[in-house]
Amino acid sequence: MDVGLLGQFVVNGMMLGMMYALVAVGFTLFFGVLDVIKFSHGDVLMVGTFAGFSTYLGMTAIGIDNAFIQLIGVLVISIGSMAILGAVIARYLVLPLKSAPPLNTLLVTLMLGTVLREAIRLFYPDGSNPKHFPALLPTDSWSLGSFTLRSDSVILLVGGLLVIVGVNMLINRTRLGLAIRAVAQDEETAKCMGINFKMIVLLTFALGSGVAAFAGVMNGLYYNEINFGMGLLLGVIGFSAAIVGGLGNIYGAILGGFLFAGLQTLGAVALPFASAYKDVFAFAVVIAIIAWRPTGLIAEKTSERV
Amino acid sequence: MNILRKSTVSAIALTMALTVGAGIADAKDKVKVAFIGPLTGGVSAIGVGGRNSAELAVQLRNADPDAKYEYELVAMDSECKPNVGVQVATKVAADRSIIGLVGHYCSAVAMGAVDIYHKFNLPMSVWGAVLPDVTYGNDYKEIHRVNGTMINQNDVAAKFMAEQGYKTWVIIHDTTDYGKGHNKYFSEYLTQNGGEILADFGVPADQQDFTAELTKAKQLNPDVIYFGGLVPLGVRVRSQMEKLGISAQFQGVSGIKSDAFIEGVGTELSEGVVSFLEGAPVDKLPGGQYFTEKYKAAGFAEDEEAYGPFAFAAMSLILDGIEEVGPNRKKLTKYLGDIQGHDSIVGKISFDDHGQNTVAAITKYVVQDGKWVVWEDSEYATGARKLAGK
Repeated sequence: MDVGLLGQFVVNGMMLGMMYALVAVGFTLFFGVLDVIKFSHGDVLMVGTFAGFSTYLGMTAIGIDNAFIQLIGVLVISIGSMAILGAVIARYLVLPLKSAPPLNTLLVTLMLGTVLREAIRLFYPDGSNPKHFPALLPTDSWSLGSFTLRSDSVILLVGGLLVIVGVNMLINRTRLGLAIRAVAQDEETAKCMGINFKMIVLLTFALGSGVAAFAGVMNGLYYNEINFGMGLLLGVIGFSAAIVGGLGNIYGAILGGFLFAGLQTLGAVALPFASAYKDVFAFAVVIAIIAWRPTGLIAEKTSERV
Repeated sequence: MNILRKSTVSAIALTMALTVGAGIADAKDKVKVAFIGPLTGGVSAIGVGGRNSAELAVQLRNADPDAKYEYELVAMDSECKPNVGVQVATKVAADRSIIGLVGHYCSAVAMGAVDIYHKFNLPMSVWGAVLPDVTYGNDYKEIHRVNGTMINQNDVAAKFMAEQGYKTWVIIHDTTDYGKGHNKYFSEYLTQNGGEILADFGVPADQQDFTAELTKAKQLNPDVIYFGGLVPLGVRVRSQMEKLGISAQFQGVSGIKSDAFIEGVGTELSEGVVSFLEGAPVDKLPGGQYFTEKYKAAGFAEDEEAYGPFAFAAMSLILDGIEEVGPNRKKLTKYLGDIQGHDSIVGKISFDDHGQNTVAAITKYVVQDGKWVVWEDSEYATGARKLAGK
């Protein structure tokens, strides 16, 4: 295999890994503060992408056709509306069930995911068909042998990286992050220290959902195609990535995301049998890793089994 | 007073009974027929078009004063999922008041459902599924199909593409019966026509990312990428080819011949995509003009899509049969078994001993300026535009 081709596979894998990591970060944040698994996460991502897409259509309709302004608009509306949606979900579905068994939260959010998915399919105009997501980034490409690098892919990779670094800084360097970490570690003590528990939970859900919306827009810009079912598999993969990395640990989520993407790419490229089995391969390895390290590759200091 | 009231009541009751009785005697007997197709999900555009077309056939028959029965259409959603499809098939087949069925666009669903129709003696005609095994994989007298199969489709496709001077192919197909069937028949005919297949990739029908497969394909540098599957996957493969800088010709199958494909990939990337479809475009069908007029007049919100005329023809055929032999499943099965040279809007229908319509006209399509255009009418045929790599 020549170097160019290898480079191409690496870039493909990194792109996938970045998206998985962004989704996994959300799972890990929610689990961190509230010990819940919010299964509607992938579908919130999808709704965010559609919100961004609608913004684009709206801006085109009123005559704004500068790609940069459109991109800013898409990102602001998509991330903003999903942050609100995430907080609303936390306020009215997750927090009321706080003292119920965690299984209830999991089920409620699983069902909410289906409601969101079906709502887009049924009520978005022509929602059951795939939509063409516009290319808002410059599409110049550099070719070197069998290696093609497009500027939009590079921008997306850098953008994703910045978001992950930003979230990390927010968690580890700010007062809000300190509060989130305090709540994650011990709810009762955090409350005693004067932290507004409810507000922190809502902000965390808003943060995670906003990151998911970013991942959704990134997905749309990268594939130029969105559909109502796109969140389903992303949600499952993001969840697995968070578990493999160590649920509750933000570095674990990032590691898990890139690991999963690497396994999928490896499965499609290096295995002698057909690529139809690449997901089987990736998930089988994930099962093996979970059996080996039940608390994930980077475990929380006080780890809990899920 | 009491007696008076009683008699008044009975008088009213008697009058009512007479009126209602007279009403019933006047009305025609009600007969139920069914339609099954994907009304929700990724391919629902085609399913809803088929449903509307079948509905139109029923409406027209009910408006016909010479019709012996009044028909009621029961439309069911298979979601293009075999598990759901088998459930609705059982529901329809077990309802003895339903006499005939027009069913199935998705081959994988049809394959699971044909056994059920046979078990319940429900005569049916397929309106869109193209997997040969739906009719040829069994000896069930109940199963018929008005549209052609993917055997004819790929025969024409392989010959046509070889004639354009293409030499090498990479195949990407979904791993359902539909995609695997396309892979099998296309490979078979392509080899006969001298084409070479460099690699084939089977992929799950819900896969999002094809960059790994396409990067491999790029390394092999084929003239053509053949895609065997339905719209959602086709859109992703075509869009992602562009991302990786693959300039090969994109060749699709009947499953992507939908406006949803063009809408999904955008006008620019869909330009020059070719696809093949059984039958002829609606305006070239013998009854095409009639169908289009009636469809427009009925005021459906959605287009009839690629297979609407077949759904209309299949439903009309079943209604013809019920008019002829009465609302009886076994008699209708026998009637359909003897169909030879039956007039319909898609041309004469003749069933062979497997219930397969032997008319196998295949039409070649190419996307030009965001529209599917019949190859012969396109600027590609005249040489004004060129397919990729030509």
